[in-house]
Parts: sequence; C-alpha cells; structure tokens
Amino acid sequence: MISYTIRRLLLILPTAFAALSLLFGLFFLLPGDPATLIVGGANRNVPEEVIERAKVRYGLDESVPEQFVNYWKRTLRWDLGESFQNDRSVNEILGERAPNSIRLSFWAILIEIAVGLSVGIISAIRRYSVVDRVTTVITAVASAIPVFVLGFVLQYALAVYPNKHDWPEWAKLRVQGRGPDTWTLFFIPTGETWRYLVLPAITLASVSTALAARMMRGSMLEVSGSDFMRTAKAKGLSERSIVLRHGLRNAMLPVITLIGLDFATTIGTAVLTETVFNWNGIGSTIARAVGERDAPVMLALTLVVVIAYAVINLIVDLSYAFFDPRVRLDSGGHG
Amino acid sequence: MTLVESTEHDGVPLGDHAAGDVRRRFLRDKAAVVGLAFIALLLVLAVFGPWLAPEGLEERNIGQYRDGPSAEHWFGTDDVGRDVFSQVIHGARVSMKVGLLATAIELLIGVSLGAIAGYFGGWLDSLLMRVTDVGLSIPYLVLAVSIAAIYGRNENSVILVLGLTGWLGIIRIVRSSFLALKEREFAEAARSLGFSHARIIFRHLLPNALQPVIVYGTISIGAVVLSEAALSFLNVGAVRPTASWGLMISEAGSGSLANAPHMLFFPGLAITLTVLAFVFVGDGLRDALDPKLRGRE
Repeated sequence: MISYTIRRLLLILPTAFAALSLLFGLFFLLPGDPATLIVGGANRNVPEEVIERAKVRYGLDESVPEQFVNYWKRTLRWDLGESFQNDRSVNEILGERAPNSIRLSFWAILIEIAVGLSVGIISAIRRYSVVDRVTTVITAVASAIPVFVLGFVLQYALAVYPNKHDWPEWAKLRVQGRGPDTWTLFFIPTGETWRYLVLPAITLASVSTALAARMMRGSMLEVSGSDFMRTAKAKGLSERSIVLRHGLRNAMLPVITLIGLDFATTIGTAVLTETVFNWNGIGSTIARAVGERDAPVMLALTLVVVIAYAVINLIVDLSYAFFDPRVRLDSGGHG
Repeated sequence: MTLVESTEHDGVPLGDHAAGDVRRRFLRDKAAVVGLAFIALLLVLAVFGPWLAPEGLEERNIGQYRDGPSAEHWFGTDDVGRDVFSQVIHGARVSMKVGLLATAIELLIGVSLGAIAGYFGGWLDSLLMRVTDVGLSIPYLVLAVSIAAIYGRNENSVILVLGLTGWLGIIRIVRSSFLALKEREFAEAARSLGFSHARIIFRHLLPNALQPVIVYGTISIGAVVLSEAALSFLNVGAVRPTASWGLMISEAGSGSLANAPHMLFFPGLAITLTVLAFVFVGDGLRDALDPKLRGRE
C-alpha cells in the first residue's frame, strides 16, 4: 500500500508537467503577443517602447524555449511569479483565495454526500414510489440546469424575494460576497457568515449531488439483485441490517469513484458558482485571470487545481481498499 | 456515468428488422418522444428563427427597458429594450449551430483516434491514452475557458474550443469497443481476406461500434449547449450582435434579480429544456438500442 501510494504520488509529476506545458504552449505560441495584452490589448495604441519595457519586465524578450525552461525552473521552486495585472505575487493571491475555495467545496461535498447518498438510497428502497419519481425528475433537472442559472434562481427565491417582502429575519439569506468572513476551526461559519455560505454551497453541490443520487440508486438496485443479498434475506436479518450492512457497503464502490471523478466537475462548477456569488476563491480568480489574459495567475491556479485533482484521485483509489477488501493495490496491475 | 455502461453491447449490426424494433422501443419512451419534439422545435427555430421571431436581432423598443412580461412582449424586454422572446428565439440558432458542429468535430476526432488506438494498439495506443489522461487531468471548463480566452471571442472559436477539447470523453469508449471487436471472428475473417486496415476499420468494425457513439453524441449536443452558455456567461464565448442564451444571462447579471428577473429566467429556461431534451433522447436511444440495459441507471 505504501509503495503503491508513493508510485502514484510520483506519477502526478509527469501529468502535471504535461498539462502545464500544454497550457504554457497555448499561451505563448498562439497568435496574440502577451506583451501587447499586458499593456492593454491590440486595440489600444500603446507606444512601442512601453511594449518593449513590458517584455523586459516579464521576461518575454527571451526566446520561447528559454521562457519555457525559466518557467519550470521557477515553478519547481514554487515561485509562481507575479500577476500581469497588479504585480502581486501569485503565492500571495493563492494564500488569500485558496481557503475560501476549500471552505466552500468542503460544505458542497458534505451536501453531496449527505443529500445525494440518502436520497439515492431512499429512492432505491422505495423504487417507483412517489418519492422515487420526484427524485428522478429533480435530479434530471438539476444536472441540466446551468449552474449560474440555478445560482440566480436560488438568489431570487431565498434572498432577493424574502428581503423584498420582509420575511422573518432568519429566512433572509445573502446574495453576494462572503460577509463578515468569520470561521471557527477553519470550516464552521460563525456569526452572520452562514447567511452568505448557504446559497453558494448548495449551488456548487447541485450537479454532483444529482449525479451521486442517481448513481447511488442504480448501484443499490444492482446490488439488491445479487446472491449475498438474497442470502442475507434468507437468514432472516432485519430490513435495516440488510440495506445498511450488506447492501450499502457493496453499493458504495462505484459511488466513491463518482465522487472522486466529480471533483473535476466541481472545480468547473466552482468557476461559475464563485463568479455568480462573488465568492473570492480560486474559481472566480481563474475566471477573472482568463478574462484579463493574466498568464501567471492562470497557469499557477491551474497547476494547483491539477495537483489537487490528482491527489483526490489517489485518495479515491486508496479508499477502494477500505471499502472493498477484494481490491489489492500492491499487485500493481491497475488499469 | 451511464455512458460507460452503454459500451457493453453485443456488437451485432442493426438490420432492417432490428431498426423497426428500435423505433418501436424508442417511441414507447414518453420522455424521449417529448424531448425529440422539443429538439425538432429548436431546429425549426434555428433555421427559420429570423422570420419567426416577432422582432429582429438588434431591434430595440425605445423607452421600454426591463419591462416585465406583457401581451406585447411575452418574455418582457431587456435593459436596452430588446424583446426577450425574440432574443430567445434568435438564441436557438447559436445554440444549435455550436451544439451540432462542436459535437461533429469531437466525434470525428474521438472516433478516429479511438479506432486507431484500439485497432493498432502498441505504442500509438499508449501515447494516445497518455495524452487523454493529461487532458482529463485538467478540469474541462478550466481548459475550455483558457483556450477560448486565447482564441478570441466569437461563436466560431467556441465551436473549435469545445470540439477540440470534447473528444477526450469519446475516445476511450470507442477504443474499448475496438479492442473487443478486433478479436472477433468476422474481423479475423476480414484480415485473412487481405483487406486493408482502413477497410477493416471503417467497413467492418466501425458500424459495430456506433451504438454507444450515437448515444454519447446525442447527450453531448446538450452538454455542448451547456458549455457554450457557460463560456458566454464568463465572457469568453459569443459576443453581440449574436444572441446567445448564456450571453443574455451574463448581460442581465445578478443586478436584474431585484426588478427584472425575467431577463434571467427565460434564457435560463431555454438552456435547461434544451439540455434535458438531448439527455432524454440520448437515454431513450440507449434503451431502445440495447434493451438489456433498460431500467438501469
């Protein structure tokens, strides 16, 4: 298990290298001179010497291969450069925004697991009941509605409308920003902060919760047809014990894979959710950096995201061994 | 996730008789039929939209800004006085154009590369799979957004971006089909007759690998529509005068919530229904093409 973990951790390096090299290439080899973009775009009439100065300032006067080598030398030292827009170091930006994103996704994943799994299990147990049908419709809509539209709908229904119509104080949620931004033990919102957290957390969780519920339902139904479930029933075990001890544990495997894979979807969703709710995290920063063609910020945040994604995938694979004793990781014959 | 399962097909090509069965099974699925009808409506709007919409693309009603829905303007007006109902109709053209063309590109690339990887195997297969792994290690929207920002902002670049990044999903499905198919007797027979690789791939194996591709492609059109809306919302997609649903939502922004929520609601509804329609038709096709999978999620 340990050697497997180390091997997988080492594999993250070439993947991250290739992914980032690809993005680097996209940024520097394609039409549109980065220096011109830094000084304000091709449409603006900027004197030649200003562009020259920008080139020297950001090392863009070197040849592209040289820039590439320098980029990696710096990145390996975790010197992520400075923003093209305001000269702040990317490390600083990262340190400021990452906690916001981590908190938001923590709650979103909690919602996904709590709501998604229980809804899926209930739908499977009460198959074809009203609950099951309603769930099917809601999950279908939740995975089809654009995240930003859902965000706006929630903002309207739970924040704008209650505030306009003077609902009781506790029912009024907030639309934008992070509020007083006070947290206990890093994750628990204190004071008024929860009013700002609820809507973006639900929005961020929506797509993956719907997928998790659907997957859980399907997986439970599949497991319920298997031999060991029949044996458990024949032994006269209680319904509760059959579902939870025998069914659930075996049905969890594909769902865990999904939750892990979902992480990539969640990051994409976070770009939109954080933009809609003005939640100052990694996602909204990526969106802004892309809009401003801010290559250092863009590359650095993508690097962080790629590494985080790879680590999560590793954790998912390791948790396989926990839930399914048949999986042996050390044999190496994986995929 | 359901797509992965649909690759377990038995590889028997559809004859005329089977096609009738497929049609019958598809028509029994109410959601799929409703979805198909909605897609037909969208295609009509996409082709004839400019003649069907009550008002032109850039027509503005002076003095009627952010008016709510009324008999005159069914979906209300936006902040420069454009009729939202007409804008939503004009938007169908962009969505369908991007959805169909980007999916065509992604299937063309994904199916060819998947076929090559699965059929030839060896170093080419390993290389293609490594490339796919790297591509998939970057979250899709982040990749699409960064490329879209570089290529410039218009609907054609969105088509390219989504087409060139979307094949990562289909290549594995086609590859695994080809891995299984090339070992079958009919493939061996074709080889022993001395047919060229190209002929074996395109005439003998590909028709047997199309089922999951059709299902994936259908759902993908909806997914592309969703991605296009997201890119336009983030201001790296379509720009005016194009009437893109995502762009309309982006223009409305959260500022419209307090007094003009209709500006967000109707384009949002259009996107949601479009995506749902393609998902329903895709699911219906999967069940109709492979009845063994019916009832499984």
